[in-house]
Amino acid sequence: MHAIEIQNLTKFFNTRKVLDNLSLNIEKGQTCVIIGRSGCGKSVLLKHIEGILKPDSGKIIINGQDITKLTNNEMDKIRLKMGMVFQGGALFDSMTVGENVGFNLIEHNHVSNKELLEKVESALCVVGLCGIENLTPSEISGGMKKRVALARAICIEPEIIFYDEPTTGVDPITADSINELIKTMHDKLKVTSIVVTHDMKSAYSIADKIAMMYQGKIIAEGTPQEIQNTTHPVVHQFINGLAKGPITEALDHD
Amino acid sequence: MINFLIDIGQKLLALLSFVGGLANLAGQAFYWALVGPYKRRSIFDQMKKVGVDSMPIVLLTAFFIGVIMALQIAYMMQRLGSEMYIASIVALSLVRELGPIITALVVAGRVGAAITAEIGSMQVTEQIDALETLASNPIRYLVVPRLLALSLMLPLLTIYADIIGIFGGYLICVHKLGISSSMYLHITFDALLLKDLFTGLFKTVFFGMIIALVSCYEGFNVEGGAEGVGRATTKSVVTTFILIIAADCFFTALFYFAMP
Repeated sequence: MHAIEIQNLTKFFNTRKVLDNLSLNIEKGQTCVIIGRSGCGKSVLLKHIEGILKPDSGKIIINGQDITKLTNNEMDKIRLKMGMVFQGGALFDSMTVGENVGFNLIEHNHVSNKELLEKVESALCVVGLCGIENLTPSEISGGMKKRVALARAICIEPEIIFYDEPTTGVDPITADSINELIKTMHDKLKVTSIVVTHDMKSAYSIADKIAMMYQGKIIAEGTPQEIQNTTHPVVHQFINGLAKGPITEALDHD
Repeated sequence: MINFLIDIGQKLLALLSFVGGLANLAGQAFYWALVGPYKRRSIFDQMKKVGVDSMPIVLLTAFFIGVIMALQIAYMMQRLGSEMYIASIVALSLVRELGPIITALVVAGRVGAAITAEIGSMQVTEQIDALETLASNPIRYLVVPRLLALSLMLPLLTIYADIIGIFGGYLICVHKLGISSSMYLHITFDALLLKDLFTGLFKTVFFGMIIALVSCYEGFNVEGGAEGVGRATTKSVVTTFILIIAADCFFTALFYFAMP
């Protein structure tokens, strides 16, 4: 059984087709990187898997359950096994870093205060930010925010983690440390991960499987090796970052 | 001509989607408000922000309104030679009408705008999505505390506004117009019935709900960054003002005919 199975997903925003009959399978414990240009619908796809958006048609099956048919309460139970790292961190700025990281435990698990503090501390240490619990999100840098967001996602020991452009907008060293963290999650905790990115260096270093999204569809998927040696002209243009090619030509014709 | 029709159609669609969206939000918010469990800490936080922190500006406005009312009514009553009625008119108009509406409008401007800006910024920075992925319903987490706080605190603020307004009228009448203190108070309390207080306070509960629901709704529907937050804030204040005054008109007519 696949950990996540996406079948024929279609979504319109007004008259614009953002997801076009998209299908994708992700195995348990696999890190799947979804690449594609900005605005091609990658984040929209993630929001569907998280159940924030509902598709117009199609199915998303997580651990054997079609989540598009679940009520909010049932979905919340599944969400407690999933973590999401948002692009800008999306930390609650009315709370301290510690309260952010422990949010789920405070709200949903009735753990003792001591246990809560320990879990928050250890999650922050995993991302290399020991001892900043009492700072507020406005006091830390963008790269730190991303790592705190990761700490918040792993604090509940999820089975699946979603990353929305984890390395965008951070310096190369932080980017590499975030890549290392994603690999650690994969190797040690056997977490299933979906990473949305257009940072190819990061994609090659963390992926078990790369899927390329274009015009609302998955047009190619394979191991990093296979993607690198692709003959598909669209994929070739994207991964090599060429200004000329079928992607930009299609835009000119529109 | 065609463009004109398209324009009207679009306005109508926008209006319908606003009404539908607001009704949907209201339904869910009332559901969660009834079902609970409540987050006591965030309700108290909101009660402080809405009530205690609005107190100075509400009292100041109410005081001035009381003074203005006394002076304006004195002008009229002196022409008619019936200064005796100043106290009762000031008391009745404040308790029945001006206290509630002034409090509601001040709170709408102060608190409603802040709520839209806060929730709107949370929307823009994906914090609302983050709440959902952390299995916390944003309506339950953000709207319910504000809804409860506003519908509880607005009547309380109104009581204070009524008292301070009447006090403002009292100062003018007793110290400037030479009406005796005991006479003024006697006439004031003689004129006021329990019914007047009840009708005045009853509608503020609804004003509170309007402020909470509209400002949360506009916050959730922010699109397009900082500019969008600004636009939504303006829209939320304008909409709440209109809805509060419309609701006031409705309730005043209702009470006039139902409780004559």
